[in-house]
Amino acid sequence: MEELVLMKGNEAVGEAAIRAGCRFFFGYPITPQNEIPEYMSHRLPQVSGVFVQAESEVAAINMVYGAAAAGVRVMTSSSSPGISLKQEGISYLAGSELPALIVNIMRGGPGLGTIQPAQSDYFQAVKGGGHGDYRLLVYAPSTVQEMVDLTGLALDRADHYRNPALILGDGLLGQMMEPVNLPPLSHPEDLPVKPWATDGRRGGPKRVINSLYLQAEACEEHNRRLQAKYREMEAGEQRWEAAWADDAEVLVVAYGTVARICRTALEGLRDRRLAVGLFRPIALWPFPGPALAGLLQRGRIRAVLVAEMSAGQMVEDVRSVVCGRVPVAFYGRTGGVVPSPEEIGQHVTAVYEGGAINAGCL
Amino acid sequence: MRVAFERPAGLTDCPTHYCPGCTHGIAHRLIAEVITELGVADRTIGVAPVGCSVLAYDYFDYDMIQASHGRAPAVATGVKRALPDRTVFAYQGDGDLASIGMAEIIHAAARGENITVIFINNAIYGMTGGQMAPTTLLGQLTTTSPAGREAPREGYPLRVAELLEQVRGVAYLARYPLTKPPEIGRARNAIRKAFQTQLAGKGFSLVELLSTCPTGWGMTPREALRWVEEVMVPYYPPGEFRDGPEDPGGGPSRKRVG
Ligand SMILES: Cc1ncc(C[n+]2csc(CCOP(=O)(O)OP(=O)(O)O)c2C)c(N)n1
Ligand code: SF4
Repeated sequence: MEELVLMKGNEAVGEAAIRAGCRFFFGYPITPQNEIPEYMSHRLPQVSGVFVQAESEVAAINMVYGAAAAGVRVMTSSSSPGISLKQEGISYLAGSELPALIVNIMRGGPGLGTIQPAQSDYFQAVKGGGHGDYRLLVYAPSTVQEMVDLTGLALDRADHYRNPALILGDGLLGQMMEPVNLPPLSHPEDLPVKPWATDGRRGGPKRVINSLYLQAEACEEHNRRLQAKYREMEAGEQRWEAAWADDAEVLVVAYGTVARICRTALEGLRDRRLAVGLFRPIALWPFPGPALAGLLQRGRIRAVLVAEMSAGQMVEDVRSVVCGRVPVAFYGRTGGVVPSPEEIGQHVTAVYEGGAINAGCL
Repeated sequence: MRVAFERPAGLTDCPTHYCPGCTHGIAHRLIAEVITELGVADRTIGVAPVGCSVLAYDYFDYDMIQASHGRAPAVATGVKRALPDRTVFAYQGDGDLASIGMAEIIHAAARGENITVIFINNAIYGMTGGQMAPTTLLGQLTTTSPAGREAPREGYPLRVAELLEQVRGVAYLARYPLTKPPEIGRARNAIRKAFQTQLAGKGFSLVELLSTCPTGWGMTPREALRWVEEVMVPYYPPGEFRDGPEDPGGGPSRKRVG
């Protein structure tokens, strides 16, 4: 049975993971995601689950690797600097084809940066982050409800593809409280079995979890298999939402927290009869480029504005889809500053009126 | 014809890539013999490190997981927490365990993780071509301490067993050289006790094996064995450091997967 409760984004992620059958959490404290490990430390024992506070993010991601190899649903969470430390482990998860959920509640960087919300880990999340040619399934919630829904989806898709998945949230989403519908509790024993898991050979042949291929040709063959899997994900896992896109002359592209702020700004502009619309990628990888290109092909859109809490990261993917057909402007705030609906509205208006196409990053 | 010597069950029929005179092979054999003897082969999961023994997943006939450099204890923690009724061991070299992975080994020990770690101390980085290890002895030549390790420049060699002896949560801890048959017998005994400690749910167990690297040391196999006896053993004294948990009941709560 579904239930409606008021929850903080961070706690909602934890509860959603448990409801999706995840009983293992390994993590290390870092603001602004501490509510996730704190929640898991009291909630997991209630459902016979395991919570371990690891000695570091490096250890945490390797515990995740071990538990994933053993065949259980498992997750970790952190925020930007901690996610940087996990990158080698994430590359190993991808290389060994192990499913796991990683949550990044982003804060401003670079370096120690700030504990305020940001979106400046987009490149790291969707372009690799760790070494080697690999991809993560990357989901960007923009409400607490979506934190819940995408957590369940990410765990499910991770298992399906035997690939790590990442929830890319930010400090604002993590800290805000909203009413959410929680799905019913599912039980680990009802999840599909994983015949590849190294859980003891039990009379059968031994299994190996590994990403080492000493011969170049064998390693290339492994890469080919991985790439074929990524093409499959590209075909089946693109997710997005569009609002007022049918008559839009200026299309705003934003994800997560910023998409929410843009929506508020655009509501105001639509009231003033500006033909502006919103395109919100929900999966950041695979990027919903074809859907965006489809909107552009209709011919009404004369300019695109990308808004991010970064110096301009997703805008590169948007530009490669738009491919020069219309101008692409960018507006970004960095370092933990959250743009207001008013300032977004001003920039959209400026683009709408034909100016400020090159609105840079503040 | 009588078979006088054969490959133990638990090792695959696969030629190893270890150099002649390298004692990694002996360590593998001892582990396989003990696991067979304890009858847990079908529910054992091994964690192979980065290092010369990176291909251990090919040599052991158990479910095996290859870990990143230094993180085998964390990987083994993840496996054991997910599957508390399985036997989980990690196999690590000295660069792996005592340099890049020092945090992971100390904290796995401090948590009293119910896993077994086999630690190969050969005083050098074998796989990458003979660089200095945290266990490289004073005066020892390596490719990155070409003038011989000197304390003011390269610091002192770490004694891992002595370090771990301080850590509550360690339930079995021993060090033996893989040199002559009596020593190898003692090492085998220690490995058995370490696994028995795990099977009894008593907590963290580790056996340090003083091992040869004739290639990295630039010695013949015979010279290498003598060097273990004459140079390594005095600095790394063999023996049992801990047999039984210091704090019974102080280990982590081990919950069944629900
Ligand atoms: C993150 C990372 N750093 C460095 C390496 C390179 N590397 C591979 S093995 C090794 C040292 C192995 O030495 P040791 O653990 O003593 O094992 P041995 O080869 O002597 O058995 C190093 C530094 C690596 N694979 N990964
Ligand atoms: S390099 Fe050294 S440790 Fe590695 S296999 Fe050869 S002798 Fe053994």
